[in-house]
Amino acid sequence: MTASPLISASNLGRFYSVSGGMFAPSGTVKALDGASFTLEEGKTLAVVGESGCGKSTLARLVSLIEEPTAGELLFEGEPASAQVPEHRKLVQIVFQNPYGSLNPRHKIGTILEEPLRLNSDLSRAECRKRADEIMERVGLRPEHYDRYPHMFSGGQRQRIAIARALMVNPRVLVLDEPVSALDLSIQAQVLNILAELQEEFNLAYLFISHDLSVVKHISDEVMVMYLGKVVEAGAAKTVFDNPKHPYTQALLSATPVADPHRKKKRIMLQGELPSPLNPPAGCAFNPRCRNAIEKCRAEAPALVFDEKTELACFNPTPL
Amino acid sequence: MTDQTASEVDTSQSKKQMRSRMLSEFWFYFSENRGAVIGLWVFASLVLIAILAPIIAPHAPNEQYRDALLVPPVWQQGGDWRFILGTDAVGRDMLSRLLYGAQFSLFIGVFVVTLSVLGGVSIGLIAGYFRGAVDTVIMRIMDVILAFPSLLLALVLVAILGPGLVNAMIAIAIVLQPHFVRLTRASVLNEINREYVISARVAGASPFYLMTKTVLPNCLGPVTVQATLSFSNAILDAAALGFLGMGAQPPTPEWGTMLAEAREFILRAWWVVTLPGLAILITVLAINLVGDGLRDALDPKLKRS
Amino acid sequence: MALLDISNLTVEFQTASGMFRAVDNTDIRCDRGEILSIVGESGSGKSVSMLALMGLLPWTANISADKIEFDGRDMRSIDKNARRKIVGKDMAMIFQEPMSSLNPCFTVGFQIGEVLKFHLGLDRATRRKRTIELLEQVGIPAPESRLSVFPHQLSGGMSQRVMIAMALAADPKLLIADEPTTALDVTIQAQILELLVGLQKDKDMALILITHDMGVVAETAERVQVQYAGQKVEEQAVGNLFDKPHHPYTSALLSALPERATGRELPSIPGVVPGQFDRPPGCLFAPRCSFAQDVCNKGVVRQDEALGATLCNFPVNVGKADTVKPAEAG
Repeated sequence: MTASPLISASNLGRFYSVSGGMFAPSGTVKALDGASFTLEEGKTLAVVGESGCGKSTLARLVSLIEEPTAGELLFEGEPASAQVPEHRKLVQIVFQNPYGSLNPRHKIGTILEEPLRLNSDLSRAECRKRADEIMERVGLRPEHYDRYPHMFSGGQRQRIAIARALMVNPRVLVLDEPVSALDLSIQAQVLNILAELQEEFNLAYLFISHDLSVVKHISDEVMVMYLGKVVEAGAAKTVFDNPKHPYTQALLSATPVADPHRKKKRIMLQGELPSPLNPPAGCAFNPRCRNAIEKCRAEAPALVFDEKTELACFNPTPL
Repeated sequence: MTDQTASEVDTSQSKKQMRSRMLSEFWFYFSENRGAVIGLWVFASLVLIAILAPIIAPHAPNEQYRDALLVPPVWQQGGDWRFILGTDAVGRDMLSRLLYGAQFSLFIGVFVVTLSVLGGVSIGLIAGYFRGAVDTVIMRIMDVILAFPSLLLALVLVAILGPGLVNAMIAIAIVLQPHFVRLTRASVLNEINREYVISARVAGASPFYLMTKTVLPNCLGPVTVQATLSFSNAILDAAALGFLGMGAQPPTPEWGTMLAEAREFILRAWWVVTLPGLAILITVLAINLVGDGLRDALDPKLKRS
Repeated sequence: MALLDISNLTVEFQTASGMFRAVDNTDIRCDRGEILSIVGESGSGKSVSMLALMGLLPWTANISADKIEFDGRDMRSIDKNARRKIVGKDMAMIFQEPMSSLNPCFTVGFQIGEVLKFHLGLDRATRRKRTIELLEQVGIPAPESRLSVFPHQLSGGMSQRVMIAMALAADPKLLIADEPTTALDVTIQAQILELLVGLQKDKDMALILITHDMGVVAETAERVQVQYAGQKVEEQAVGNLFDKPHHPYTSALLSALPERATGRELPSIPGVVPGQFDRPPGCLFAPRCSFAQDVCNKGVVRQDEALGATLCNFPVNVGKADTVKPAEAG
């Protein structure tokens, strides 16, 4: 029997129709367009890209907050649906902003137990026991149970958010920029906890981030996105060591490295992200691309297998 | 991995201490506004007066002393120590009537505010949560209510329901309730897309659960402030209705009604008009000051630390 | 003489539960035409000290210092009007959130023109010419047509460029950039940093770059000052700091960078930055420090310049030639 992967997506898309107001024409924003991937147990798939590239939309689709308008999302071979309680428990999400993701009027205990009380018929004592276990696991003390979120620092709140996500024993965690809002010394603590938890519970992570150094550290596979489309995907090491897409290359070289002696040879991207309402014809990246050729302006490249990685580019050049 | 140092001080804190710390923080911000503290004291004494009225009032509010019509207050010529603040046109003791009047005013405030908060918050919650057509219908109705001058609308409603204190209060509650609807809807719209609400949705919470347990508690700050301000509005409107003869009916010692009865004596006996007016003014001012202080203390945007 | 010389600056805030010390006996020196980076985590007092210098703190703040000198003038005793003449002219600042730093009610051209009018007293035609020049300098394409644009029509990167143009309007001697790229995407961040450094070289102004990002520090700064819980814990030239950090905090911070990690587990610093209620009596880092000994809970010494003026009893990465001052209790 071939086990179907935990999560598989093919051609996943989410389009929003935008009414342009009284005078402007209405349009469609393709927040996510044709993303395909699989996520296996115990693995980390990172999604990187700048704001507006569709990575957060992807996170919302996978955690069943929104429904895709195109393509297919399968959980263990079955079409994913928010109506199926098993599917809801399978995937949990941790948000970027630890100050917004915890209900300010609830105690930590209530926050942690809420998913359990909504999804199972465990008794009060059993819920409490589970909460205590998880709190200890993420490095919170038992007396934190009766506190309110505003009494915690950002790092501790993110631990609470992770603990809450783990309460229902999920197998996939969607981590939407989980450490971006944290200080460096705290970021390391949280990344370590995530790594330990992954090992212990064999969790699969969908790790959304814009910080390449964090992604490099934590991910097994990586997917680089630009304006709603995947431009390059593959094993993290391969992509980072040998980026092929001009955008991946620019992104990597723009990321500051904490080494003052490093020779700076930077690919400066000209211009800014085009409006998603009115993306350029052909390859969305072509106005900023240094390798753009005639074909790029006419036709959008498809994501195809290219040696070890998948790539959507007509004119890739090695770095 | 554990936070050995993470706020060692907190460790020893019991629940009680924590609550007292939150309270003291609230008091710190509240007491920064001196007017609010004064208002609170005045309001507290009003409550006390209302409760103790039967004990401290020297006379029954409706007892008429035929030998002492329109007696001026004691400090004026012709004053009588039996009637410290004088008597009205039918010989009733002003002080006693004012003291009993406090009971009515507070009762009106509590009743009207409770009614309009309950109605307004639930309607606003529904409008903000479901959006779309439900929202549009509700908000247009509220706009229509708000388009009328509030007193005029209350008058019309009382005319339909029939004059009387209870009907007046219901009318005022209906007039005041759109403010709560709009306020609640605005905060719901603000909160509904916050991540904690989404995370409750991911956890599988039902719409009712989301509305009442998740969103509502976070919308109550501004509603509390609006409630205090409505409290004084209610008293004011009830007095106005009373003055126009549509509220509490004589001989009830309600301040507005007292004013109405005294209309014709304005030139001859200032105290029968001034004293109830002053009572209304002080009460409304005190409550508004408290509301101001509450806003300072509850509004997180104004907090600095 | 240094352009900016602050010594022993302490800033305290009045809060509901007593005084909170945001900046604690900090020195900041910045010479003409150099790039100084102040690096630290949130709550390390890096922004507050700059706001204190510019007189932008709320009334709840108590500021005390032995010396606050800018361009030879004592900023402590200066009156409000004289300060307004300096701030925005000789000393300008840009902030983290470019979108909210511009007034949404006025056009870009008008807002830059205001600065020119107030500080330089230029007439309308010259203002317009100078504004276009400035927008050109910060790399905004088609500057003439951008004059009449409102801030909400600009992207984050463009807004930050406008903020920079505004700060440069009166040719400042010192530009303070408070986390100028934190809210921006990496590719835009690279553009803005390059612009800042380029302008700093061209105009020979001093640049104080406040940031929490070690990568940004490494690629832009010349001298680095590390702040922890309101104190300056170390100051070195950028190359030395990354090679041989002397304070255990700096050293731990650098090894906590994911890009420097060797294994799956990152070396992390336990605990959190001390808050208002749990400020240690001696060295503020002692509770989280792996080198701390009993004496660190009593007091801490500041080492010599050769050791980066490190505020530590037991500095790390010390060579044979260096002399370490002995620890002394309180």
